[in-house]
Amino acid sequence: MNLLLTISFSSVASGIHNWLVSTIPNELLAKSVEMVIAGICLLLFLVPLCFILGYMERKVAGFMQMRYGPNRVGPYGSLQIVADTVKLVMKEGLTPTGSDKFLFNLAPVIMVVTCMLVLAPIAFAKDFQIWDINIGVLYVSAISSLAVIGILMAGWSSYNKYSLLGAMRSGAQIVSYELSVGLSLISIVILTGSLKMSDIVMSQETGWWIIRGHIPVIISFVIFVIASTAEINRAPFDLAEAEQELTAGFHTEYAGMKFAMFLLAEYINLFIVSAIAATLFLGGWMPFHIGHWQEFNHIMDFVPSSLWFLGKTFFIIFIIMQFRWTFPRLRVDQLLTLEWKYLLPISMVNTILVTVMAIMGWHF
Amino acid sequence: MSLLGEDYTTEEGEFVINIGPQHPSTHGVLHLKVWLDGETIKKVQPHLGYIHRSIEKMSESLSYRNFIYATSRMDYLSAHINNQACALCVEKGLQIEAPPRAQMIRIILAELTRLASHQLWWGCTGLDLGAVSPFFYAFREREAILEIMEETCGARLTQNFCVPGGIMADIHPNFQKRTKDVLKQIKSKFQEYDDVLTGNVIFENRNKNVGFLTAEDAISFGCTGPMARGSGVSCDVRKWFPYDGYDKVQFDEVLGKEGDCFSRYMVRMNEMKQSVSIIEQLIDNIPEGDFQAKTKMVLKLPKGEFYQRVETARGELGVFIVSDGAASPYRIKYRSPNFSNLSALDHVARGYKIGDLVAIMSTIDLIIPDVDR
Repeated sequence: MNLLLTISFSSVASGIHNWLVSTIPNELLAKSVEMVIAGICLLLFLVPLCFILGYMERKVAGFMQMRYGPNRVGPYGSLQIVADTVKLVMKEGLTPTGSDKFLFNLAPVIMVVTCMLVLAPIAFAKDFQIWDINIGVLYVSAISSLAVIGILMAGWSSYNKYSLLGAMRSGAQIVSYELSVGLSLISIVILTGSLKMSDIVMSQETGWWIIRGHIPVIISFVIFVIASTAEINRAPFDLAEAEQELTAGFHTEYAGMKFAMFLLAEYINLFIVSAIAATLFLGGWMPFHIGHWQEFNHIMDFVPSSLWFLGKTFFIIFIIMQFRWTFPRLRVDQLLTLEWKYLLPISMVNTILVTVMAIMGWHF
Repeated sequence: MSLLGEDYTTEEGEFVINIGPQHPSTHGVLHLKVWLDGETIKKVQPHLGYIHRSIEKMSESLSYRNFIYATSRMDYLSAHINNQACALCVEKGLQIEAPPRAQMIRIILAELTRLASHQLWWGCTGLDLGAVSPFFYAFREREAILEIMEETCGARLTQNFCVPGGIMADIHPNFQKRTKDVLKQIKSKFQEYDDVLTGNVIFENRNKNVGFLTAEDAISFGCTGPMARGSGVSCDVRKWFPYDGYDKVQFDEVLGKEGDCFSRYMVRMNEMKQSVSIIEQLIDNIPEGDFQAKTKMVLKLPKGEFYQRVETARGELGVFIVSDGAASPYRIKYRSPNFSNLSALDHVARGYKIGDLVAIMSTIDLIIPDVDR
């Protein structure tokens, strides 16, 4: 029993690493093989993850709308999303006449590749990270802003006015909301003194930042959730898609697998945003610790770190999904007003507060 | 030249976008041609006729009993009220009056129809602005009303319950009990409606100060119903030209002030409360007696012109019958509320954003089959 609890991703990962290093003499080759394995594992992780998120979204929607959600294909409708994927794969990947064919086909790839890159520095469990880069937070915010290129490319190359309007909207939206996302990330970086994801998680050993950091950190957590919902184009900020106005916005012309890739990117982005929020504000894989209550902390350590991480992440995903099914959509000018007149000034002042707090050591 | 026969007068930097006839927010087959400058609307031109079924012409070959059923397909959310208008117009020609029991049942059903229609509108307003869940909450109550309709009228949507001289059949024994249950349910849910949409900051921002229609413009465009009342024009046919005993019922005409989308929204929300109060006054006081006046087998209206107006969920519906004394009308003309309300769309929407167009259209509450007929 005790053995079962201590088995985590980290032991498996280090086992594979040691085995590779010992069997393959060439160091470069060993590292390349390790990278390929990591990439395959990531893909094997992402596709089921998207299935789960898609299923979860439908069930959450059903729960909020007094209906069952999918309940026909497979037990409790769990295979519905698999059936949908099969349908999407078998559909014709249409490229409309008049579109810029190269860019049109490149756009969904860029979307998926971008969000896969962002997954690299995320700590899924104790010592289990694909790449513990020392500028982790900066890397995440830098790479995730590349997604706007994919959206603009899709909208521009589709040769469709709805797509173009959607892409232009999302261009303004993502670039604006990045500022607030960045500033709320900075507040944790200030408190931690490091950009490295593993350092940020370790700094929360005596308590998560959202508890230790008083009101300023709670404010930046709220701002992060709002602004990142906007950055990943989810309702109520889904102006780039805006079904009721622009039919489907930037991906109006996409069908089949190309459309599925946008969907995949959307769900991975949702996961990433929640994972980052969980890592920075809710302690990532760090169990719930209270100060120096050794016995209590020890009991909490019995729950595997990966469960802590996934639990927190899915909690935030659940919140963001509830936004989608509750709130009406903002108008394009109101969206920018919200960012430039409210969120940005608040997060600027908040950053100063956090800095003062960090210098004076007012946090727990 | 376009297929539709007019030139594009596009200025520098403007572009034309066709919204509809298949589009999520046009609620049917409305085709809007929108001239845009970026996101700002320069001009909106509705194109009609995608669902024209020539109901008026068709009625000329139908008898006075039969033509009523075609009107259920005009404004399908106010089917009962359309039927009522036609029945009343024929009764006017025949110079008979429905028995008190029939009149009261007609009013109760009309108010239930209005409630059901406004609930669908409320759900669609949320849906148009991107909030999906309100649609399901609205349908919960709407379904309950439609079940009453099904039990009593035999149909859920196109009731066809009114006949010249009264109603087709007596009410179902469960009618009163079920109606009271539904009223109780609806009254308990008004707070939920307000919590979900009315009080929401995003929703208020989307609707306030958007789509202004002044009282003068409302009159000159011929707008009626909640659209005109949102601008403060008192035009409730039930108050001004009472029919079927509306003069014996206590209710307020709901009027807005500002004339923007939110004011139209609030008019409809308060109208639902008024409808509930009307039904509450009547449901226990349905008089005993016949449900249908005695009429001849073949109805023949005397030579002349007859006009009857009623208040549907969307405004004033007028039925104009020209009779030459035969068994079917010589000419029929419907003054449908949606056609006039739609005519104001261009005026209301100019200068707003494309997202506002959706909000404006949802508060006009268009039913396209009623526009085209």
